[in-house]
Amino acid sequence: MHHTLDIQDLHFSYPDGRVALRGVSLFINPGEKTALVGPNGSGKSTLLLHLNGILRGEGEVHVCGKELTDDSLRQIRALVGLVFQDPDDQLFSQSVYEDVAFGPLYMGLPKEELEQRVRQALEDVGMAGSETRVPHHLSEGEKKRVAIATVLSMDPEVLVLDEPTAGLDPRGRRELIQLLRGLPQTMLVATHDMRMVAELFERTVIIDEGQVVGDGQTAQILAEPHLLARHGLEAP
Amino acid sequence: MLFSPTPLHIPDGFLSIGVSVVGWILAVVFIGIALRQTKDQLGERQVPLMGVIAAFIFAAQAINFPVAAGTSGHLLGGTLAAIVLGPWAGTLVMTAVIAVQALLFQDGGLLAMGWNIMNMGVITTFTGYAVYMLVIRFLGPTTRSRLIGGFVGAWLSVIVSASAAAIQLAISGTSPLHLGLPAMAGVHAIIGLGEAIITVGAIGLLQASRPEVLTTGETAPGKRTATFTLVGLLVALAVAAFSPLASARPDGLEFIAELQGFLGLAQGPSFELMPDYTLPFLSDPVLTTMLAVAVGTLVVFGLAWLIARSSVHRGTVRD
Amino acid sequence: MHIDLTDQYQHRESLIHHLDPRVKVVVTLFFILVVGLVRHGSWIAFGALFLGVLGYAAASRLGMFYAVRRSFIAIPFLLAAAPLPFIIPGPTLISFPALNLTISEPGTIRFVSIMLRSFIAVQAGILLAATTPFPDLVWAMCSLRIPRPLVAVIAFMYRYIFVLADEVIRLMRARAARSPEIPGKGKPSLLWRGRVTGSMVGSLFLRSLDRSERVYGAMASRGYDGEMRTYSTFQMRGADWISLIVFSLLILGSLSLMFLR
Repeated sequence: MHHTLDIQDLHFSYPDGRVALRGVSLFINPGEKTALVGPNGSGKSTLLLHLNGILRGEGEVHVCGKELTDDSLRQIRALVGLVFQDPDDQLFSQSVYEDVAFGPLYMGLPKEELEQRVRQALEDVGMAGSETRVPHHLSEGEKKRVAIATVLSMDPEVLVLDEPTAGLDPRGRRELIQLLRGLPQTMLVATHDMRMVAELFERTVIIDEGQVVGDGQTAQILAEPHLLARHGLEAP
Repeated sequence: MLFSPTPLHIPDGFLSIGVSVVGWILAVVFIGIALRQTKDQLGERQVPLMGVIAAFIFAAQAINFPVAAGTSGHLLGGTLAAIVLGPWAGTLVMTAVIAVQALLFQDGGLLAMGWNIMNMGVITTFTGYAVYMLVIRFLGPTTRSRLIGGFVGAWLSVIVSASAAAIQLAISGTSPLHLGLPAMAGVHAIIGLGEAIITVGAIGLLQASRPEVLTTGETAPGKRTATFTLVGLLVALAVAAFSPLASARPDGLEFIAELQGFLGLAQGPSFELMPDYTLPFLSDPVLTTMLAVAVGTLVVFGLAWLIARSSVHRGTVRD
Repeated sequence: MHIDLTDQYQHRESLIHHLDPRVKVVVTLFFILVVGLVRHGSWIAFGALFLGVLGYAAASRLGMFYAVRRSFIAIPFLLAAAPLPFIIPGPTLISFPALNLTISEPGTIRFVSIMLRSFIAVQAGILLAATTPFPDLVWAMCSLRIPRPLVAVIAFMYRYIFVLADEVIRLMRARAARSPEIPGKGKPSLLWRGRVTGSMVGSLFLRSLDRSERVYGAMASRGYDGEMRTYSTFQMRGADWISLIVFSLLILGSLSLMFLR
């Protein structure tokens, strides 16, 4: 399998005229865990929304070797697990079970496999046994983990996460980093958490004003204070 | 306030079975049309958009502001929902709000829900929307006309739906029309000011920060239906409210006596669906009344449509 | 007043709690319908239906008077029916010659009957909400052929009520924090306060609109295609059918009492 992400010359403007992406090109290798950093409004979230076709700009997006088109949209949505920043957006159902089962349900899986997927996904994120709980009553850290389970249950090849550690207390953050470390998928994670970047990701991409302005080994990137400062970032 | 804080949610027990059933039939028809219209209008966003906006209306109803003497103004939201999403989406959003309030908080009955949906989900959204759109049409799509339209629309929508509730209570033999209608309309003329001020504040903020969101509602389907509803309801209400004054006896007593006889208030059990094992569908004064009201409303609708085409301009710009 | 968002569901281990939610929905609606059908002044039938509510509450282990204590929500509405004893003609019960008012017997019977009807009906609604988790209620609505998009809108609304209520509380705190009352200075005008409230409503709307777009994105990225799907949760068992029949017969029996004189 190709578990790759390949973005070529992607441009996107919002309907109100705001230009968000100005020719982004990015290739991510199979199994690579990559951090996407950049100041607020740099286009990080906009880029992530292109990876399974929620937004469609000009340019090409290939996932696992398949080009994203109208025809391949459904397939690609099953390949890319996209987790939104606010788990209250991700968890829209009335119970944890329903939320984790949502993706598999739309994949048309039979009941037994669906139940097996839900159980496995909740186990993977350390939330087994919380099937009947109400999303609103979970702690912030639990919400984030269940949000990840909602895409793991679809058995994706690529995980795309937006600010997974935002709003978590130190313990919740630590547990989440452990969780991400243990997941085998190719991963692209937008974040401001530079300590997590240093700890977890072998590669870091800097994006600013809709363009890739830095790309390399995390250790190298973090060793360039001028580059970081120019784009509103700091080394941990 | 007389019926504060949720003056329009009719509980079970206050409407007769016949009246309740008519309300449910009307509600089912309107909900059915609304489901189809919003599917066309919103596509895949139909469910998440209206679901979250219904939660918004519910939450916004909790934002109140002190008026005087322990009372507070707050929003019902039908007009605002219709202005921002269009009248059909507004109908569904309000239906969801009313259903959750009834199921979860017993705020409004289950059998009475048909009329609650009609009053707060259909009548408010369509009258409020119609006024708003008419004002924009005649004053141009400016900020000022949106604010005027929102104010008059929100105010009127609350009065009209409260009056409709008063009529339903009267036909059910629960509340005499000559007391209930002026009381409900009067109280809601005041409550409606709160509704109007909040609606205008909200439109003002949207206009200032993201004016493009207002075009969703303004381009939504349902304008023609809205105009019909508004004009028809207004004329029907005017007839109901002013006919005592116009009758031969200026004190209106004759009318009240007639009305009570007409509604069968004095006749005891004739309101139940199967009194004494007879099916009263043809002879029941209630059904006769409703039939008369229905026919009268239809005639009035037709007349109003003709009159409105020539004089609606004067009628709405007055405020 | 809606800010009271404590869940209405009260968990107990009882026969009623374990019933298929469809049975509870149907029985409740049938009960409320029958309460509406009882003739004015049929006190025995009203009494039997009231006993039925008390028994149902006891059987659900909520305590016999659980619903009675919460059933006063309809009282303000009784004002609408208050003129009835004065305006319906008939044998006089009490008269106030000084005020030129008389209270008639048929008017009083009608008024008390309306009061009892709403009192009993609202208790049935309270017990439905207290014995059935809202998600089960939603599932029952789907299963009883209420159009799925409407049920889905209701389910989404229920989910986001809590999220938006938190936002409202934050907004109102922020307003309160910036609205000091300085002695000697007048309060801002009513109109101004109303417009501020309106602005809060407007900004809450914008946040909700953005949220709905993100929620849609989260749904679409998991394969949502515009059709709501569900899986079956409950199966009607023998006990459900028996309960449905027994409750229906009891309700019909209570109704028939109105023909006793």
